[in-house]
Amino acid sequence: MNQQAQLLTRPSHRSFFSYLFTALFLLTLVDSWQRTGIDLRVFFEAKGRDALWKFLTGMFPPDLSWNFLSLMLRPTLETIQISFWGTVIAVMIGFPLGLLGTNTLIVRGILNEAELQGAPVRRGLRYLVYLLARGILSLFRCIPEFVWAFMFVRAVGLGPFPGVLAIGVAYGGMLGKVYSEIFEGVNYRPLEALQSIGANKLQIFFYGWFPQALPNFVSYTLYRWECAVRASAILGLVGAGGLGQQIEISMRMFNFNEVLTILIILFLMVAGVDYLSAKVRALL
Amino acid sequence: MSYLQRQYRLEAVRKVFGRRQVALDGVDMGIQRGERVALIGPSGAGKTTLFRLLNCTLRPSSGKLWINGEDIETLHGKRLRQARLRIGTIYQQHNLVPRLRVIHNVLAGQLGRWSTFWSLSSLAKPHDVEVARKALSQVGIPDKIFERTDELSGGQQQRVAIARVLVQNPEVILADEPVSSVDPTLASTIVRLLIDISESTRKTLVVSLHSVDLALAYFPRVIGVKHGRAAFDLAPDKISDAMLEDLYAGSIRENDTQEAASEPTSPIAYPSIS
Repeated sequence: MNQQAQLLTRPSHRSFFSYLFTALFLLTLVDSWQRTGIDLRVFFEAKGRDALWKFLTGMFPPDLSWNFLSLMLRPTLETIQISFWGTVIAVMIGFPLGLLGTNTLIVRGILNEAELQGAPVRRGLRYLVYLLARGILSLFRCIPEFVWAFMFVRAVGLGPFPGVLAIGVAYGGMLGKVYSEIFEGVNYRPLEALQSIGANKLQIFFYGWFPQALPNFVSYTLYRWECAVRASAILGLVGAGGLGQQIEISMRMFNFNEVLTILIILFLMVAGVDYLSAKVRALL
Repeated sequence: MSYLQRQYRLEAVRKVFGRRQVALDGVDMGIQRGERVALIGPSGAGKTTLFRLLNCTLRPSSGKLWINGEDIETLHGKRLRQARLRIGTIYQQHNLVPRLRVIHNVLAGQLGRWSTFWSLSSLAKPHDVEVARKALSQVGIPDKIFERTDELSGGQQQRVAIARVLVQNPEVILADEPVSSVDPTLASTIVRLLIDISESTRKTLVVSLHSVDLALAYFPRVIGVKHGRAAFDLAPDKISDAMLEDLYAGSIRENDTQEAASEPTSPIAYPSIS
């Protein structure tokens, strides 16, 4: 009964706000159109059309000469290696910080109840650790990997190493946040049982927590690795090695057919990683 | 000092969740070493909360709780974990780790004695395989040792949980509704198994049951719990039908399979369209 009455009052209650938000949404669309300088005429005017045409036709046929392909071999390998080590570092950063940022492991819930009841100082300290871990993780991920790469190029010089660091730090932030969410989403009854045996937090984690979280943990990490492959191809644009650097060079020399070749390589690479991670996920 | 022989001593124990959800409202009781006690009472009476206090998962909001003469207020860190190691708990269900193999769930009974490193290496290559095999033989399923736990039936999983307690080898066995998710014949088998274990190894046994018949048939002492208090605490032959009726008055006696959902569900959570 109660529920029904609420349902009846809701639409009229909502109508004013729905008009308001529709108006705001339209306003946002219009204003953003103007300020971002979207101008579709470019595609129809002679000048814009010529430039586009030159770029597109310039791409064909792609440069598949052995000469160029063999030149691309090293940067391609480098891109995969950057993404690989970048992800490894991201896991090394994200895993421990994600653990400390897991509310139910550090502060709240049945696994902290007995230890923290009537101990406000200890609870406060734990909460501080939790907030600190969360803070570091958000700092790491709110700065785009591109900007991290810029900074690391300044700090450690040109080459693939700053690319590895950039992916490691930015993706560490993303992984850590999602890890903590995965860890918070498990079933706590087995964990309570392990605690009641006298297991410590780490033992509870490895016997009860991690086994439950494993499938999500692996599949999200692999997904991030796929993203890292794309990202590490782009990071070259700021001088952090890999295929990105080659795209930049070819673009600057107006060798659009080489650009297409690199894009094809990128496509194959990402598809390959996709396939590989799908295979691994199917094993779980 | 009579409380030294006591396994448990509770004085005016209250447990309040949030501001005013009173789960336990002044419990006084003593349980001797080696004693076998059954708890009965309607769901929501506070039995599960009582078990969580008895196995040191929660602490009382007020009142005193001694385990083996030790005030649990004074226990923290390693000493708290050691106190927990001496108390084995069997739950209704869902207390095993489903993705682990049976052997790891059974050997988890050792975690309170193992170092963190030793327990980690056991996940790679199980230590004490023979200990686990022996415990599983005692509960009648030695052949399941290397299977994945979530592939066993509910009754088999409950046996695994008992095998884990055997490996833990505690002074006290607490069992919170251990048989409410298995069929009646299996239920009395499992209760008898628990009693055998407590008799042969002189362990204290506290079991909550919602089958009154099982409680009255197998336990020399039965405590009725209602509204977070002990309504009666008697030998089974002194418990009258009127007392039982009073205990369950105003609540529906759950049947043997239904209590799986332990959280109370709101009847208007998902209103139908009609």
